[in-house]
Amino acid sequence: MSKSLLVISRQAPWSGPSAREALDIVLAGGAFDLPIGLLFMDDGVFQLAPHQDAKAVQQKDLGANLQALGLFGIDDVFACHHSLTARGLTHPVNAQPLSSEDISKLIDRYDQVITL
Amino acid sequence: MKFAIALFSAAHAPSSRRALLFAQAALAGGHEIVRLFFYQDGVYSAANNIVTPQDEQDIARQWREFVSTHQLDGVVCIAAALRRGVLNSEEATRYQRSAVNLDAPWALSGLGQLHDATQTADRLICFGGP
Repeated sequence: MSKSLLVISRQAPWSGPSAREALDIVLAGGAFDLPIGLLFMDDGVFQLAPHQDAKAVQQKDLGANLQALGLFGIDDVFACHHSLTARGLTHPVNAQPLSSEDISKLIDRYDQVITL
Repeated sequence: MKFAIALFSAAHAPSSRRALLFAQAALAGGHEIVRLFFYQDGVYSAANNIVTPQDEQDIARQWREFVSTHQLDGVVCIAAALRRGVLNSEEATRYQRSAVNLDAPWALSGLGQLHDATQTADRLICFGGP
């Protein structure tokens, strides 16, 4: 059986290539049909903010990559509830909010973890 | 134990040195390193054009010597490397760039190599940040 991998994405979408590169790991894993989970934490939850305008900051839209998660079979997408509320994000896009306690359990469930 | 080691920071970051020390200790302890995978700014830890002051440690060079000596599988992510201007001769020719700053023992390859190593290894150990 394949080992499972949790990717924890902690960087804001427009603060450099980190957010995109974290997503790329997830999408590549999905392409290989591996069991992959994705957790947004800290400033990483800004990737889930609705109505982002990437063009306004002369960036390429990251939303398309997020939308692609489902197509790549990545259904386990989570967000840290504390990080969301601390940043006023009451309506995150396409991610299940988790308490700190649930995040501990989530990390325990996966064989390997990458934090970016 | 079989380790896969991922590095996300440049040679001047303390975490690159920590990763190297960990890798050396792993081999010294009789463990196996199935692959080193350098991603994000970790690609700079494989660059061969870094010039370190004489009284400081040249971590990129130490990485190179470590990988060569132990004939390890050292993979640098090609997408992350291209974005940051870390090119081997093949890529420099392909994109018509005048500088080549990556060569043996490093190989440029894709993220599939990270997932493959993760599947093969008992443990994936990541080094990033400062």
